Amino acid sequence: MAEVTNLRTGAETGLSALFEAGRKSFATEEAIGREEAFKFFEATGLPSRRVEAFKYTDLRAAIAEAAPSAEAPSAEAARNAVAAAKGFAEVEAARLTFVNGHLIRALSDLSGLPEGVAVTPINDAMGKGDVRLRRLAPVPQARDNAIYQLNTAFLADGVLISVAPGAKPALPLHLRFIGTGSAPFSTATRALVDLGEGSEVTIVESHEGPDGLTYQPNDALDVHIGKGGTFRHSRLNIEGNAAVALSTLSVRLDDEAKLETVAVVTGAVLSRHQIFLNIAGESTHVVVNGASMLRDGQLADSTLLADHAAVGGIGREQFKTVIDGDATGVFQGKIIVRQAAQQTDGKMKSDCLLLTDEGQMMNKPELEIFADDVACGHGATCGAPDDDLLFYLMARGLPRPEAQSLLVQAFLGEAIETVTHEGARAALIGEIEGWLRARG
Amino acid sequence: MLEIKNLVVQIEDNRILNGLNLTVKDGEVAAIMGPNGSGKSTLSYVIAGKEDYEVLDGEILLDGQNVLEMAPDERAAAGVFLAFQYPLEIPGVGTMTFLKACLNAQRKARGEAELSTPDFIRAVNGAADKLEINKEMLKRALNVGFSGGEKKRMEILQMALLQPKFCVLDETDSGLDIDALRIVSEGVNALRAEGRSFLVITHYQRLLNHIVPDVVHVMSKGQIVRTGGKELALELEASGYAEYRTGEAA
Repeated sequence: MAEVTNLRTGAETGLSALFEAGRKSFATEEAIGREEAFKFFEATGLPSRRVEAFKYTDLRAAIAEAAPSAEAPSAEAARNAVAAAKGFAEVEAARLTFVNGHLIRALSDLSGLPEGVAVTPINDAMGKGDVRLRRLAPVPQARDNAIYQLNTAFLADGVLISVAPGAKPALPLHLRFIGTGSAPFSTATRALVDLGEGSEVTIVESHEGPDGLTYQPNDALDVHIGKGGTFRHSRLNIEGNAAVALSTLSVRLDDEAKLETVAVVTGAVLSRHQIFLNIAGESTHVVVNGASMLRDGQLADSTLLADHAAVGGIGREQFKTVIDGDATGVFQGKIIVRQAAQQTDGKMKSDCLLLTDEGQMMNKPELEIFADDVACGHGATCGAPDDDLLFYLMARGLPRPEAQSLLVQAFLGEAIETVTHEGARAALIGEIEGWLRARG
Repeated sequence: MLEIKNLVVQIEDNRILNGLNLTVKDGEVAAIMGPNGSGKSTLSYVIAGKEDYEVLDGEILLDGQNVLEMAPDERAAAGVFLAFQYPLEIPGVGTMTFLKACLNAQRKARGEAELSTPDFIRAVNGAADKLEINKEMLKRALNVGFSGGEKKRMEILQMALLQPKFCVLDETDSGLDIDALRIVSEGVNALRAEGRSFLVITHYQRLLNHIVPDVVHVMSKGQIVRTGGKELALELEASGYAEYRTGEAA
């Protein structure tokens, strides 16, 4: 039998060249396993549809060229980008600002952090061999993922955030990632969050950039929630319309830890948000939601892996996608319940609302259950707005577009209403309203 | 007020209204009674503008204006209101949000200013008190988890807020217990006024003890086959619909 050689694409060759060139300037390698990560990537290449986990989101086909790693912006460019930034701008928060993937210390509240919260720039931590860096990728499966490994290989900047045991800062942290410029670039940023026992923190993340610019952000958020800790997280993708945006959230939960995360997507021509959960502790509670609003040839992929390894975990995962025109939504959700994870209670659902006939939605829910005393379910729906509901609203005086908007808002609202932080919730609802207004 | 002339309607090749003629005068409460399948609910949907029905012939004139040429929301702004037999549940849409959106959409369509929030809340609370609607219900998603009686009361609350000209009540009595029937009927009676007419569709005479009609029509095979005073309802209650049965489901 003839051996099949997978030819390397221009983008793959380009990434190798960029890694070689960057090697000299990269900060301490060993702490984060940069070389190992790149070796992994070199062996696998960009994932194509032949890889099951990337069946509907073929990065090999989507990324034609490797964009160079972004240089740090000038102070003025950074100031202008921040002045124009919209994501979570109304939310009162301590802000950490990244422009083109570089932490802008002058535009970050590093000295005005809430009590109990400490932030170390990742480059400082790498220079000192900070032990917390060993907590990178708190979920083993993330290490088998090309997007995460590329992030590690090219990691240029980021932060380590520690929340002291018992600390419950009222003010959220806002990680804002802003792209700017006129030439293609790529970024690789990482935030590591370590929540001490019994602490509670809210982090909001916004990702944005100019329309028409081909840029490739790849960011990762690694979180460890200590015993009895609560991590609340809202992620907003309002990237420019030509961006290829890749992101990974990986979370390890200890006993009685609570996670609440929602990802709202309106931006990027192609986006993939991956969530890996390592439910290592007993009696955890996890709420993972997503709301994607897509149009004009966009593809948005939400991929979730929830690995229950301990007794009594509760999981509620709810993903909502609204598709207007020839866009594509992808949801892949996998729940693993290991033998030790008795009394796991998991419910996963993906619903799609198709506003026109041209859109498509790919749903791939999976359950792998090895325990015998569990309650797990999954479901997926896809359809047009309900004509009877539209008629009911119109019969009360709402014109068709307004009636349809109200139904879309209600549909997406279910994924947003679990957001505890009032300001973040209001901002996300505002994004939905803005998307609907732009639809006209 | 409302004049229906030779209305012919079908759904999926099934003829339901066969040249129906009906006049409801200004300020009048007209009841329509009739056996199952006679086309009563179809008539209510066609007046409100549901798309599933194909109108083959005829006119529905509201103050001389043919509503068949209008979209459902335009009909609502012109004063048509349908109290649904089965009010729909809309998860995620707050009752107050819904009420405000409807009220302001109609006002906008009529070129009126939007109601201020305090005025709106006052209007809703006033109407809710009269209908004995618990304020907690107003905080929930529209009709979600409401009992049958609560849903019907919510329909009348909407009617009271929107102040329509022509109200169609499609079997509003179905699913109501005695107390709810009284409350709903009192709500409707309070809205009886010059310049507002009602078309009350029902199977049973009991509703008409509470909402006393000026005129009773009997519908059969998609037509009005008999018209009389309120005593006609009592006669039907005693004799049944046997002589009007269509023998076919529609």
